Amino acid sequence: MNIDKKIVDDLVANDISFVTTVPCKQLAGVIDEVERRDEVFHIPSNKEDEGMGLCAGAWMGGKRPAIIMQNTAIGVTINTLATLIQYYRMPLPMLISYRGELREPVACQVEMALHTKALLAQLNIPTYHFHKQSDVDELDMILKYTFMCNKPVAILTDANFWGGYGDQ
Amino acid sequence: MIRSEILTEIAPLLRDQLVVCNIGIPSQELHAIDDQPSNFYMLGTMGLASSIGLGLALAQPKPVVVIDGDGSVLTNLGTLPTIGNNAPGNYILMIIDNGSYGSTGDQPTYTGKKTCLAGMARAAGCDSVVEVQDVDTAAALAQALKQAEQGGPATVLVVKCDSGNAKMPAIPLDPVVIRDRFMKAVQA
Repeated sequence: MNIDKKIVDDLVANDISFVTTVPCKQLAGVIDEVERRDEVFHIPSNKEDEGMGLCAGAWMGGKRPAIIMQNTAIGVTINTLATLIQYYRMPLPMLISYRGELREPVACQVEMALHTKALLAQLNIPTYHFHKQSDVDELDMILKYTFMCNKPVAILTDANFWGGYGDQ
Repeated sequence: MIRSEILTEIAPLLRDQLVVCNIGIPSQELHAIDDQPSNFYMLGTMGLASSIGLGLALAQPKPVVVIDGDGSVLTNLGTLPTIGNNAPGNYILMIIDNGSYGSTGDQPTYTGKKTCLAGMARAAGCDSVVEVQDVDTAAALAQALKQAEQGGPATVLVVKCDSGNAKMPAIPLDPVVIRDRFMKAVQA
């Protein structure tokens, strides 16, 4: 199974046509796939809160959005999640590279990993953790759930899910 | 002129347009001067008016006018390259540049000193950047709207004006109501 293709297939099948990304080594294949697809408009962001603003506007304009980012972005976007996405009740699937989990080679990444689920729980954001490759089977249901309830939803994908990170 | 005087003058131009308005006193002023369902008032999240407006302009064909401020653009400077490289012709970013953080007590911003937002927008890749004085806002906005209706290019309009706020009440609308009526105006 090509996991990058499977993920973007699920986005397209759920009518997601506006995707913003910030760069990530683990998510590089997904970002490339998003860029390749004619069904999806891809707009890179310089920062994740900017990307959430783009997604909010796109949704109000009639398109289903998604954001692809790293878990460090939770530290950047708490105010935007609370006062824009949640306050105005907007749907936002967040496909997140969960750095700092098992098979992580960079120690500093562990520091935000330790806070990631606690922050998401504090924000009452539905959170799913993909650790094994078969976990991706739930993505389609998670996307449907997101646009059913009009909430931001986090999908954390760790290094083990991606088959290791670098030489690890 | 101060921002509320400019908003009063351009209200007839804004009335039939999709407007995304910056957090704080700008939204309170616009709401009090001429509330419309086609106005999206930001109640929080400083800095993202330009990004919300860009997403909206990319998602649908009607012209979008963003009313932003110098302080808010400085908060989200990464927005300028994103606009410069992606903004469609129906996008108008109007920055009311009064050189101060108006909603928080008029502390000075760097645009009242050495920083030039129009120059930064040009350097970021924005093709149509116009800087005007307050008294010329209506004419410049009318021109930008004409350009937007004819297919572009997108406009960044920097309006240099005086610092100061009108005393306006807080917006009583629920955020979901603001968002819902705005989305209906988008679809109308």
